[in-house]
Amino acid sequence: MLYDMMLIRSFEETVEKLFQQGKIHGTMHLCIGQEATAVGACVPLTKEDKITSTHRGHGHSIAKGTKVKGMMAELLGKETGYCKGKGGSMHIADLDVGNLGANGIVAAGLPLGTGAALTSKMKDLGYVVLCFFGDGSTNEGAFHESLNLASIWDLPIVFFCENNLYGMSASIKEMTNIQNIADRGIAYGIPSETIDGNDVLEVVKATEKAVERARNGEGPTLIEAHTYRWRGHSRSDARKYRTREEEKEWRKMRDPIALFKEQLIEESILTETEFMELENKVQVEMDEAVEFAENSKAPSLETLEADIYA
Amino acid sequence: MREITYLEAIRESMSQEMRTDNDVFIMGEDIGIYGGAFGLTNGMIEEFGPERVRNTPISEAAISGCAVGAAMTGMRPILEIQFSDFVMIAMDNIVNQAAKMRYMFGGKAKVPVVIRLPGGSGAGFAAQHSQSLEAWMAHVPGLKVVQPSNAYDAKGLMKAAIKDDNPVLFYEHKLLYNVKGEVPEENYEIPLGQADIKREGTDITIVATAIMVNRALEAAEELEKEGIHVEVIDPRTLVPLDTETILQSVKKTSRVLVVYEAVKRGGYGAEIASMIAESDVFDYLDAPIRRLGGVATPIPYNPELEKAAVPQVNDIVQECRKLMNK
Ligand SMILES: Cc1ncc(C[n+]2csc(CCOP(=O)(O)OP(=O)(O)O)c2C)c(N)n1
Repeated sequence: MLYDMMLIRSFEETVEKLFQQGKIHGTMHLCIGQEATAVGACVPLTKEDKITSTHRGHGHSIAKGTKVKGMMAELLGKETGYCKGKGGSMHIADLDVGNLGANGIVAAGLPLGTGAALTSKMKDLGYVVLCFFGDGSTNEGAFHESLNLASIWDLPIVFFCENNLYGMSASIKEMTNIQNIADRGIAYGIPSETIDGNDVLEVVKATEKAVERARNGEGPTLIEAHTYRWRGHSRSDARKYRTREEEKEWRKMRDPIALFKEQLIEESILTETEFMELENKVQVEMDEAVEFAENSKAPSLETLEADIYA
Repeated sequence: MREITYLEAIRESMSQEMRTDNDVFIMGEDIGIYGGAFGLTNGMIEEFGPERVRNTPISEAAISGCAVGAAMTGMRPILEIQFSDFVMIAMDNIVNQAAKMRYMFGGKAKVPVVIRLPGGSGAGFAAQHSQSLEAWMAHVPGLKVVQPSNAYDAKGLMKAAIKDDNPVLFYEHKLLYNVKGEVPEENYEIPLGQADIKREGTDITIVATAIMVNRALEAAEELEKEGIHVEVIDPRTLVPLDTETILQSVKKTSRVLVVYEAVKRGGYGAEIASMIAESDVFDYLDAPIRRLGGVATPIPYNPELEKAAVPQVNDIVQECRKLMNK
């Protein structure tokens, strides 16, 4: 778990660097600071279980088992990327490990995940779907309709909201008039809870319970996990909508990786040396990924019209 | 041969596929015991049960995405949008998700979903229940668009649509639902992308879609009396489009009229006209290509106005006469 969280952070920092060097074009949405929600939520999932993700999806992908090599190649637009260079940051999918894809449309993953859960139920496949989405997407109709649908059909699905307090610049406080997003589950007869999304063990505990409910045919659960994105929404964000003090507070006091590391050291499960070894391992994996991506070929122009139709 | 309605033909096609393939199921609003707004799914829930004839809430934004999600994970859903007009609420899932998923994911996803869309005017449903917006869908790479004009085609095309691994928009015309035609009981398939020559002729090629095929055929009868021999081509699917059959016909007749119910401006008829104009057969043309489409107005409620808003048999006859005098 710690390794995966560190890998996500390193991936995002590397992507940021490559972007500043002009090696990645377009835009990307970094999830630095939100590593515990991605990793914790995926821990109870098997390879057969599925996730749907968001525009801020790198962490979810890595947590579900998608390899950083192919992800990095995709971000660099190479043919060895998960989408052959045609998807980029917002469309990384890896169906082989149950990653049904990031999504550029806010809230679009919820109905898709609901459909994937319907398949599981109709074909008796036994897998569970976990839908990641942000606080901002809970004001979309698709959120409400999907929760209702999943509830009346008792689908094996976990709705997992990463509440990082903002949707672009829109503060959750200004955009909804309720305390907890989790309360929205009540309207659809869906059990729900609000948790600390920067405490990875708490995330695991809540998702484990929800996944088990889903597997037992008891239907959907809504989890709201409080977390924080350290960086701006995307590349060009002056962060005028929040204070530097608030940012510092979350970074200093509530860094999910530091918190988990401390806890492991306190309980003598981890030593400083072991932590440094992990850091080195992450660095090696990341360097390999960058090298692989940079040395990969760009897709040929002949593929422009390939893969539109099956 | 046995005659059944267009509506029954579609039902029969779906039922036959559901009997042979357990992955096929239908979902939509009121499609269960109620049989759907037009009674098309009458009796299906009795045979297949509520799991496979799945009533949904009135939630187009979710049920369309749900169908797409089910399709990408191994099912072959058929989604009924009660009136094609309501598809606007489902557009994100169709245009941004279903159509692009395969491409965005580097060819690694398949989305075998059929979306059934009862469209068209003439039944007095007014502006929010009578539109013909198939050109919107035909514009989007990744979607296929089907528009059957008779019961026989409807059955065969539905079967091909269900078997297709791509998202297929299946436009049904409300006025055709009760029109009977000869339809064999056995299962047969009409490949998507194969136009049909509904009537042979030597003077004018009419390319018509959906109910306009029927009106073009009636007009052709009229014109025959005046010694004008009209050939009527029904593309049957807008995407993929069988350009070859259309061009061959134009070569033979040298005159073209494209007839469609949707608003003429920006409609699919313009695509067919340009396709001909850009092709080698342009040199065969003896007159400019003409289009006959709907008036650029929302569909009015009053029956006379409603009729006036879209091409009728007489309009087609007149257009053809004009074309012959060129
Ligand atoms: C339907 C739609 N509307 C708007 C956008 C633009 N947009 C992209 S991300 C975003 C904010 C989403 O906020 P949230 O769901 O809280 O996720 P977060 O970015 O906080 O992870 C917006 C407005 C979009 N991509 N899709």
